[in-house]
Amino acid sequence: MRLSAEQLAWSVHGTPLLIDVNLAVEPGHTFGLVGPNGSGKTSLLRLLAGLNKPKSGRVLMGSQPMHTLKQRAIAQSIALVEQQADTTDRITVHQVVSLGRTPFLSALRPWSAKDDAIVAQALIDVDMAHMADRLWHTLSGGERQRVHIARALAQQPNILLLDEPTNHLDIRHQLSILELVRQLPITVIISLHDLNQAMECDRIGVMDGGRLIDSGHPHDVLTPNRLKQTFGVYTHVIDDPVDGKQIMRFRSAV
Amino acid sequence: MSIAITRLSTAGFGLRWLWITPLVLVAALIAGTAIGETPIPVETILKVLANQLLGADYAVNRIDAGIIWNYRLSRAVVAACCGTSLALAGVVLQALLRNPLADPYLMGISAGASTGAVAVAVAGLGAGALSLSLGAFVGALLAFGIVVMLAHAANSGVGGGRGVQAAGAIILAGIAGSQLFNALTAFIITKSASAEQARGIMFWLMGNLSGVRWADVTLAVPAALFGLLVCLWHRRSLDAFTFGADSAASMGIAVRPVRGMLIIAMALVTAVMVSIVGAIGFVGLVIPHAMRFIVGSRHTRLVPATALAGAVFLIGSDILSRVLVPGQVLPIGVITSLIGAPAFALILVRGKRS
Repeated sequence: MRLSAEQLAWSVHGTPLLIDVNLAVEPGHTFGLVGPNGSGKTSLLRLLAGLNKPKSGRVLMGSQPMHTLKQRAIAQSIALVEQQADTTDRITVHQVVSLGRTPFLSALRPWSAKDDAIVAQALIDVDMAHMADRLWHTLSGGERQRVHIARALAQQPNILLLDEPTNHLDIRHQLSILELVRQLPITVIISLHDLNQAMECDRIGVMDGGRLIDSGHPHDVLTPNRLKQTFGVYTHVIDDPVDGKQIMRFRSAV
Repeated sequence: MSIAITRLSTAGFGLRWLWITPLVLVAALIAGTAIGETPIPVETILKVLANQLLGADYAVNRIDAGIIWNYRLSRAVVAACCGTSLALAGVVLQALLRNPLADPYLMGISAGASTGAVAVAVAGLGAGALSLSLGAFVGALLAFGIVVMLAHAANSGVGGGRGVQAAGAIILAGIAGSQLFNALTAFIITKSASAEQARGIMFWLMGNLSGVRWADVTLAVPAALFGLLVCLWHRRSLDAFTFGADSAASMGIAVRPVRGMLIIAMALVTAVMVSIVGAIGFVGLVIPHAMRFIVGSRHTRLVPATALAGAVFLIGSDILSRVLVPGQVLPIGVITSLIGAPAFALILVRGKRS
C-alpha cells in the first residue's frame, strides 16, 4: 500500500516540530528516514501511524485520507514499532505478540486458530519462537525489540513503521532485523541512525529541523555535501575490497 | 508442539475455572450468612432461602429467619458486589494508568465520592439512595479529574510525561486529592451536621455494612454487574494498554473514548458502592495484584478472577469484622486496611526492586 503525506505540519505547545512535510512511499518500498536528534523523525512516524492528528495537511493510505478512518481500520493496515515501549506486567513473549491481533478481534470475535498461526509465524520471522514462553522482564533490550517487531508483524500490516528499531541491538541482530525488514513484501518506513545501513533502503528521506529537506535514491541524497550541511560531519567514501560496495566514513573535522 | 499443548491445557483450565465461579460465590455468601455472633447452621439458611425464593414452607425459628434474610444475607450480597466493583475499578485503573499502585481509594476517587455523598446527605440536596449515589458520582468524577490534571501538570513540569514517570506523580496527586476531599467532607460535617448525624457519618466513612438492607441490594447488584460487563467487553482494550496508550492506539484502540468510558464507568460503580457502604480501602489494590500472581495479567482471565476474589474477600472481611471483637462490629474498612496496607508496602518494595 502506498503511504503519502501532504503538507504535514505539527506542533506542541506552539513549538513547531514538523513543517510542510511532503512524502510519498511506493508500495513495497523500504523508505529510510535519517536526520540528527530532534529533527522530527519520531514526530513524523507518529503522524503517519495516526497517533497524532496533524495541525494541517493530511496523510493518505493508498488514496484514502487517514482522518476519515477509525483507529481500528488504520491499525488493520499500519503497524508501528515505537522506540521505547516497556511494561511492568508479568507477561510472556507469546502474549505480547498476541496483542498484535487486537485490531482484528473484538468482544464478539474471539481468538481463533488462524490467529495462533499468525502469531507463531511472526515469532519465527524474528527468530524468537524458542523464547515464546519467556517472561518480558527477563529479556534483553535486543530481544524486546524483536518481540515488538513480531507484535507489529502479527498485525499483518500493509505498512510497517519502525522508529530506530536497531537501537539496543548487537550487530548481528541489527543486520538480521534490517535484512528481515528489507525482505518484507510490504511498505516499510524506518528511521535509522546508522547512515551506512540507511544506504540499503530503496529510498531515503533526510529530516532537519522538522522539515523533510531531501528525499530520493540513497546515492543521490546522502552526498558528502548533504552530510556536512545536515549532520555537520566530513565524509569519505571508501570502496569495500570484498564486494566493491561503498562505505561512508565520518570525521568531525577534516 | 509442546507449546501448543500447554496452551491448549491452560485454555481448558480457564474454562473449568469459570465454571466453578458461581459455586464459590454461593459458598461464600452462605458462609457470610452462617458465621457471626449467633452461628446459624447451613441447613437453616437453605430452608430460609427455599422459603423466601421458592415459596417453600419449612418450619424455621422466626428470629433466625429474620437474622438470615433481613440482616446477614443482604449484607453479604452487598459486600460481594462492593468487593467486585472496587477490585475491578483497581484492575481498570492499573491497566489504563500503567501504574501498579492505582486504586480508587489511593487516587482519591473514594474520598471524592464520600464528599459528594456527605454533601447530599447533610445538605439534603434530595433524599433516597439514588441521589446519594449521584452526589457520590459527581464527587468521584471531580476527584478523579483533579487528581489526573494535577498528575499531568506535575509530569509536564518534569518533562517526558509518558510511562514510568507518570506512576509516582499520580500517587502524589492522589494523596493531595484525598486530603482535599477528606478535609471538605470534615468541613461539611462540622458545619452542617448535628452531633448525632456526624457520629453516624464518621462511622460510615470508614466503611460500614451495618446499615445495609434489601433496598441497597437492588442498587448494588446492577451496579456490580454493569461494572463486570464493561470490563469483560473491553478486556482486549485493557490488554492493549500493556505497553501504554500510544501502543494501544497503534493497535487500533480509540484511546480517548475507550479510556474515558472505562474510567467514567468505574467512577460510577465506585460511587454507588461508596454511597452504600462508605470508602473501603485497598480492595482495588490487593485483589488485582493477588489475582495477577495466580492467573496472569491477561484481562480475559484477570477480570473474572478479580471479580470473584473481590467478592469473596469482602465477604470474608465482613465476617472478620463481625467476629473479631466479641460484642462489637468493627468498620469493614479497618479490616481491609489492616490487610491492604502491608500488601501495599509489599507492592511498593517489589516494584522498587524490579
